[in-house]
Amino acid sequence: MPVNNRLRATLVCALCFLGLPLLTCAATPPDAPPVILIQNATILTVSHGTIERGSILIKDGKIAEVGPSVKAPKDAQVIDAAGQWVIPGIIDCHSHIAVDGSVNEGSVSVSSMVNIADVLNPDDVDIYRDLAGGVTIANVLHGSANAIGGQTVVIKLRWGLPASKLPFEGAVPGIKFALGENPKRSNFSIPGATPRYPTTRMGVEETIRTAFAEARDYKKSWEDYDKRVASGDKSAIPPRRDLRLDPLVEVLDGKRYVHAHCYREDEILMLLRVAKEFGFKVRTLQHVLEGYKVADEIAAAGTGASTFSDWWAYKVEAYDAIPYNAAIMTRRGVIVSINSDDAEEATHLNQEAAKTMKYGGLTHDEALKLVTINPAIQLGIDKRVGSIDVGKDADLAIYNHDPLSAYAVVQQTLIDGRVYFDRKRDIADRANLEKEKKALMQKEKKAGEKKPDATIEIGKKPGAKPDEKKPEEKKPEDKPRPPQTDAISGGVL
Amino acid sequence: MKSITLILRFVAVVAAVCLISRGASAQSQQPAVVALTHAKIFTLAGAPIEDGTLVIRDGKIAAVGANVEVPAGAQVIDAKGLQIYPGLFDPITQMGMSEISAVNATVDTTETGAYNPDVVAATAVFPSSEHIPVTRASGITEVLAVPDSGGFDSGGSRGVIGGQASAISLAGWTINEMLIKRSVAMVISWPIIETRTFDFATFSRREKPFSEAKQEYDKQVNELTDYLGRARHYAQAMGHGGPADYQRDLKLEALAPVIRGQLPVLVFADRARDIRNAVEFCDKQKLKMILAGGAEAYKVKDLLRSKGIPVILRPTLSLPIEEDDPYDRLLSQPAELAAAGVKFAFGSFDNSFARRLGQQAANAVAYGLPYDEALKAVTVYPAEIFGVADQVGTLETGKVANIIVTNGDPLELTTDVEFLFIKGQRTSPDNRHQRLFEKYLNRPKAAAAN
Repeated sequence: MPVNNRLRATLVCALCFLGLPLLTCAATPPDAPPVILIQNATILTVSHGTIERGSILIKDGKIAEVGPSVKAPKDAQVIDAAGQWVIPGIIDCHSHIAVDGSVNEGSVSVSSMVNIADVLNPDDVDIYRDLAGGVTIANVLHGSANAIGGQTVVIKLRWGLPASKLPFEGAVPGIKFALGENPKRSNFSIPGATPRYPTTRMGVEETIRTAFAEARDYKKSWEDYDKRVASGDKSAIPPRRDLRLDPLVEVLDGKRYVHAHCYREDEILMLLRVAKEFGFKVRTLQHVLEGYKVADEIAAAGTGASTFSDWWAYKVEAYDAIPYNAAIMTRRGVIVSINSDDAEEATHLNQEAAKTMKYGGLTHDEALKLVTINPAIQLGIDKRVGSIDVGKDADLAIYNHDPLSAYAVVQQTLIDGRVYFDRKRDIADRANLEKEKKALMQKEKKAGEKKPDATIEIGKKPGAKPDEKKPEEKKPEDKPRPPQTDAISGGVL
Repeated sequence: MKSITLILRFVAVVAAVCLISRGASAQSQQPAVVALTHAKIFTLAGAPIEDGTLVIRDGKIAAVGANVEVPAGAQVIDAKGLQIYPGLFDPITQMGMSEISAVNATVDTTETGAYNPDVVAATAVFPSSEHIPVTRASGITEVLAVPDSGGFDSGGSRGVIGGQASAISLAGWTINEMLIKRSVAMVISWPIIETRTFDFATFSRREKPFSEAKQEYDKQVNELTDYLGRARHYAQAMGHGGPADYQRDLKLEALAPVIRGQLPVLVFADRARDIRNAVEFCDKQKLKMILAGGAEAYKVKDLLRSKGIPVILRPTLSLPIEEDDPYDRLLSQPAELAAAGVKFAFGSFDNSFARRLGQQAANAVAYGLPYDEALKAVTVYPAEIFGVADQVGTLETGKVANIIVTNGDPLELTTDVEFLFIKGQRTSPDNRHQRLFEKYLNRPKAAAAN
């Protein structure tokens, strides 16, 4: 049951934090009934229009049938969605949830050796919160402190499953690039520290070009080596492996997607130019708040754009941001998505997409695509998700109202045909959770009372007796870093 | 066929934008009397009027009702099919005080020093700020500009008395024309017990034991108590004779209306413990308190109701402050407070997100708040809370004509504001975003892209 898992995860965190022994066992995933029938719903398929009072049959986690009437086996678990709306699960093309610790390896300007997939935290409560906002898939990105940042991973929000089960099987991995103020550290400095190259947009371009020039040579040295080996040359010595350049070679080979944080029109054209020079594609431009100024160029490059609905003016490069951005780019032939970049914003991406109907006059269908099939296309997973079609993954969000409205509330969220979020169940479980929490706190308080000083200090075990001889506990030496919430100086936005 | 409709719709949008931008200046000359006719009018001072007329004269609402006669010589705007509401009121913003938050030179929100009761927000409101037209285009006609509390000199991570908040209309050639009331509240950031802080000077995290944090908190509260004590004595001295009889202290002087209970204090606090402490403090000091933030106001709702303390709620679109709070904690709080009889208004606490004010209120409705309460919480309630309801907040004869005419529910995401009147002047919804939209929409197709 997801809700119990949520509290359990929270308590596990809290207990670890207080140094209490772990009493709770690992979270368990929701049951996967073999067959589910959602009936009487308004189904917004995204791919083939709206079905009024329609049904969806789910078998083995996939959509088996969709239509006005569907024949379901007798043992099917029925979700009666009368008066409710079903849409494909929301796909957030820019997220930082489920990351353990900082999202930025900010010490170097090319940090392609690090991988967000290595630090996935399945207990991050934001996974559950975003699920409750209808999100089923997130593109979890490294931060934007570097011109070439870390490797990225697409996850399904399978709350309750371990980190190894979060990644979207078979999704093409990505890498974060960043242009403009963040990689040049305009709004960010550590007192006394030497400025890091680059500090200009010129330098950002050269940082990327230099890295790809190296990557090209590195790729060639491997190709030469492979050729020699293939021709039977036994004296061939393999090149030294370079973990920094490996992902860039994958980019050159089209096996890793580039997701590039950018704002201004000039830097957008710069990156498209550099990509052309080295023969790779930019899969998505992220934020791309001035994308509307160079929409034709973005469309011609076959690059996707993933933007905010209405954020602006939080820094200079966001001063020309307009809420019409998504609409203009859509009209000029760009595949556009609306993303969150923020765990809270992700909980109402349906509403953010709706704003494009007001700002620029997108249709209801077009607006819905911005958070479903379009991000799926951008992430190369549109064969599996993003619309309600037979054969696709049963990733669905059920609302009590037209989802493109400020009055819509998610009732259930399904991933792979499993109900990972159920509002009714969440509400019903609250009293028990509160009880459980109180009991645990009582227990903790008792443990604390045994200590001479009842004050609990972080990093010290409250139950430990002072005379016990134990090795000095060293505090983890955290690298100084800005608070996570300060997105601007931290270089996430 | 469908694509033709799409194109037509798009053309219509472009045409609308072109029309709007032709009336470039924010407020153009207009006849002295304007009558809006055949609209559904939500006065918020009674039941909606189905086929109503609203007459604006000399910047004020001259008449509103079903059987109002259109005065001779009035400019008539047929608003058939449209709805009229009082303009929305965002009671916590830094409108005009901050342009680009990351650029210090454009930010005048936060004076240095822990005690600045004498500084007034209106002084730093830049009438040409691009935020103003952007915000009013979404139907917000008046806001409070609220100073923040800076300064680290009293310990803790923020100052204590930030200064005076000003109520302003979002149109006018100068700040004088924009002003509704120069001083509507004294801003206090309630000291918080912080065990974990981030020190920007050394760029490192600091963790301190609770006892140390509590000591710092007590010190701040004692300082504040002492400060108000001095202000009280000063106010007494002011009552005996003129300024020649005592040495003037402008900071203490600014607190005199607070001490006398004429000017409310707008106290920022989120945690239940902090709110309780603040309420107890204001009670003892006999200050008229308005709570701002209130993330955990639901935990002290009975206290707030019994003391009659209204709340300006931080955005409902916020994550819960505790990891194990229900995921919808802030979304469902307004309904809970309304049921408990606590008066509240919604605030954006921001500039660039001010236009989400309606969305915030609508989201609270989605989680149980009665719709009428939501509408009032972005119009008449903030006006009442800050003592300007005699001027704005409802559509009644004699009030300032801050009015929006919409094609639907003003809280819904897709609703357009068709006409906007601020202080009775027809005001263009033209703004930076619309201008950039129009400009780049009309960019000729790039010849050889890339």
